[in-house]
Amino acid sequence: MCGVCGCGQADSALGEHHHHDHDRPHGHDHGHDHAHPHDHDHHDHQARIVHVERDILEKNDRFAAANRRLFAATRTLALNLVSSPGAGKTALLVRTLNELRGKQPLAVIEGDQQTTLDADRIRATGVPALQINTGKMCHLDAGMISDALGQVPVPARGVLFVENVGNLVCPAGFDLGEAAKVVLVSVTEGEDKPLKYPDMFHASRLVLITKVDLLPHLDFDVQVLEENARRVNPGAQVLRVSTRTGEGLDAWYAWIETHRCEVEAS
Amino acid sequence: MHEMALAQSIVELVQEHATRDTFTHVRTIRLSIGALSHVDPRALDFGFDVIAKGTIAEGARLAIERPGGTGFCIDCCKSVAIAAYGEPCPTCGGHQWMLVGGDEMRVVDLEVD
Repeated sequence: MCGVCGCGQADSALGEHHHHDHDRPHGHDHGHDHAHPHDHDHHDHQARIVHVERDILEKNDRFAAANRRLFAATRTLALNLVSSPGAGKTALLVRTLNELRGKQPLAVIEGDQQTTLDADRIRATGVPALQINTGKMCHLDAGMISDALGQVPVPARGVLFVENVGNLVCPAGFDLGEAAKVVLVSVTEGEDKPLKYPDMFHASRLVLITKVDLLPHLDFDVQVLEENARRVNPGAQVLRVSTRTGEGLDAWYAWIETHRCEVEAS
Repeated sequence: MHEMALAQSIVELVQEHATRDTFTHVRTIRLSIGALSHVDPRALDFGFDVIAKGTIAEGARLAIERPGGTGFCIDCCKSVAIAAYGEPCPTCGGHQWMLVGGDEMRVVDLEVD
């Protein structure tokens, strides 16, 4: 390919551009605005510009908007739980569901690359759960949630929890139609997580610091973690919780209830 | 590697325009990927080459523009340039700024024939 203009002909130096099929030096003193027979092999200059100006995530965002309309129409609070693998999303969900069950309709959509292990744990609580296996994909997208909503009952006037794939990077960029992303970070991970993975902490409304019952055994400064989270997202609320001991969970339930009431009242 | 999913979306947009705007070959795809968007341009470039194989977008070059981030600093009450999340306001050193620009991921135009 020509390295000068990208045409399909062999590469040429700039001085020889226009690919004459003869090597005799001659001047080009005629204009190209008149028809005349000539034998030089001109470029194909048919290239044109097609204006697009469209968002790359347009398709995802269309599904997200439809999901959001469904949640608004059914007064459903949809929360998107995100974290690195092992921060304790499923354990927190199981305890939360056991606590809130009977008080309001609940449902769960579980995202994992493989297995139905998480959905099985959720179903053991009696709350309907659907497992999405993303295969090689590293995140849930709004189209997957749209499909899932046809298979799991929408918990009208209640709470739909979406447990995203354990991944602190990719799910940050995909709107599912949720009211809020909730990011979990455990005290075994390191105080600098919000600075290392700022996109996710910036995208989340609530930061749950999990496994705080382990603090006596760790050299971990929770305050530094909280400061780092607020540097990335000054508006984020931060709660310290332990699923194992129940510490801080009342504040988490109160946060859910506040947002559920907002959705119900809107 | 959510860049693969983004590359897939780009190819789908190109395919849609190929039908609508009747072209059969794409030379260049111009993208605007803000500095504060959730994309690594190199990973997107790599993912695109893989995803585009066998489609109308195969062989197209990605020309990626990178507009900088802009935040509105609440303490300074003005717009300021922000290089990355977690960075302070360059004027007052505080972190009380809201994102106002530089997180876009757009296909701007296509050079086709």
